[in-house]
Amino acid sequence: MRYLLIEDNHKLAGAVVERLQLDGHAVDHADRLDAASACMDVADYDLILLDIMLPDGDGRDFLQRQRRAEKRTPVIVITARSAVSDRISLLDLGADDYITKPFDFAELEARCRAVLRRQGGVADNQKVFEGTVLNLTTGELQFGDSSTNLRNRELRLLEVFFGAPNQVFSKSHLIDRMFSLSDEASENAIEVYVARLRKRLEGSGARIETVRGLGYRMIAA
Amino acid sequence: MTRPTSIRRRLFYQLAIVAAVLSLAFVMVVRGVASRAAEGTQDDILAASATAIADSLSSEQGEVTLELPYSALSMLGTINEDRVFYRVTVEGETLTGYPDLPVSNLPTRIDTPAFSTEFYRGDEVRLSSILRRVSNTATGSRVVVTVAQTRSGLAAITQRITITATGVGLLFFLLATTLSLLAANSALRPLRRMTGAVTRRGPSDLRPVTAETPAELAPLVDALNSFMARLRSSLSRTEDLITEAAHRVRTPLATVRTQAEVTHRKLNKPEHKQAIRDMIRAIDESSRSAGQILDHAMVTFRADSLALDPLDLVALTTETCDRLAPTADLKDIAFVRRLPAGPVTFKGDGIMLQAALHNILDNAIKYSPEDSDITIRIDVSSDIKLSIEDQGWGFGDADLTSLTNRYSRGSNVGDVVGSGLGLTIADEVARAHGGTLELSHSMEGQGACVSLILPYV
Repeated sequence: MRYLLIEDNHKLAGAVVERLQLDGHAVDHADRLDAASACMDVADYDLILLDIMLPDGDGRDFLQRQRRAEKRTPVIVITARSAVSDRISLLDLGADDYITKPFDFAELEARCRAVLRRQGGVADNQKVFEGTVLNLTTGELQFGDSSTNLRNRELRLLEVFFGAPNQVFSKSHLIDRMFSLSDEASENAIEVYVARLRKRLEGSGARIETVRGLGYRMIAA
Repeated sequence: MTRPTSIRRRLFYQLAIVAAVLSLAFVMVVRGVASRAAEGTQDDILAASATAIADSLSSEQGEVTLELPYSALSMLGTINEDRVFYRVTVEGETLTGYPDLPVSNLPTRIDTPAFSTEFYRGDEVRLSSILRRVSNTATGSRVVVTVAQTRSGLAAITQRITITATGVGLLFFLLATTLSLLAANSALRPLRRMTGAVTRRGPSDLRPVTAETPAELAPLVDALNSFMARLRSSLSRTEDLITEAAHRVRTPLATVRTQAEVTHRKLNKPEHKQAIRDMIRAIDESSRSAGQILDHAMVTFRADSLALDPLDLVALTTETCDRLAPTADLKDIAFVRRLPAGPVTFKGDGIMLQAALHNILDNAIKYSPEDSDITIRIDVSSDIKLSIEDQGWGFGDADLTSLTNRYSRGSNVGDVVGSGLGLTIADEVARAHGGTLELSHSMEGQGACVSLILPYV
């Protein structure tokens, strides 16, 4: 997916860009509103992450201008204000959602997915392996005539396998990807979720194989 | 201990004392005037009587003779049953009458009566004497005619007048006292009205006093209002300060947290990864606490001036659930919504209610196991009951009443991040709206059930 991050704090922006790139997203960064407008003139973004306090204006005004110009690119506001009243006014101005600093990237991703789902999704945000299609926005798993909706953790786990088929992933890596870093997770949990995914994938062209002593990988059935 | 001074009592006492002094003065004056008038009348009659006797004096062969005219004495009888005495002296020798009648004040000029009061035969008597010169000899004789009368009739009159005057005075005093009581009450009515307006308001109502104020109290009310305005603005400044502090600290925290996540990805050693996890948890803990402290300050501040707008609780609940659903989704927790199909209208402060609901749901997510349900219900009967039930660890054996206390947390929370303010916030919101927060054990399983009970109006 392609993100536009509008944030004037360079340290935070750098970290966010790096973090999103780790998940395989393309991210452009603008530290001012005029730079953001310039970016939007030359590229199409799936999602905009917008900070409120910017050196050349208020992010809320930018939001309003976007909505008046009928630009529908979803906007998630990254706000340092947690007060309920601040949050409500953001939604009234046309933000699709907001997230309060400091934020959990798993939560940010979940919110992005929810926003994109409401908007009708991103056409190419899906991965295919051996005739099995995983839609990363809707969490839909399709093969043959069957279609199932995955729960959040199943989706996050399967996303890892679809990102690199045939590659072996260690249990600890999978735990990192599947749980928020603030959650306590045990290696047993991975086994539970892998068992569930195997059930989901029954009859498809893909299956998850245990590589003794190393972890798991997804291979053709 | 001294009794607190009462303006009403002081006003009443002072008016009553003035009334008493006026009444007494009235009685004294009336009595004085009346008795002097009665005395004057007696003196006039005595003088007339003495003159009439003197007129009857004649001289025969060098001797002074008197043909006592009884009418002269009978005119005295009209006053009362007083005894009458007389004495006529010629050059100091008693001619007729009571020779022992004392005459101390002898008249010096002819036909000008002299008066005196004496004590005679057991009674007080009033005397009037007239000097005449009867020409029986070449030089003529000085004749003094004295008429006296006891004063019991006069005393009776004076007494009657005194009694009447005292009665009138007493009546005046009672009337004036009653009126002063009414006057004191009526003068203090604006004060009482104002006191009522001030005491009726709750302890945290900081709106200015707008009740009708008498001019004398205006400076006091102005001072009170400006004091409350100062308090209000100080509270508001405190809220701004907390907001600003939270704001300032959140961006650097976000940087640290994001960098920690990136670093976590790059590290391989489990102990390093664990260290980063702990760090991230500490950040989340401070962020959550800051949010709750801010919510708590906001709720306290807004409770002072509760906005009462009609709002739909179903829409508000749906909105808050939608907002938190992605967070719940991270733990594969599903919101099961059992909400009425139509709107449930309630007059309240939408922002406070959202804060309450947000904190209850946030708590439920925090303390729920993965892959579980949180059930949200709205039941309307005589009250509105908005309950959130989870399948978590419940409240254990904790005292359910103490959990809404500030910073109090259940005994079985383990190492889950929390400040203990969540339920306090919800409790304060409920109470600000005239409702209560009810904590109970879940009906199914062992989870917790938190209910916001609001009066249905």
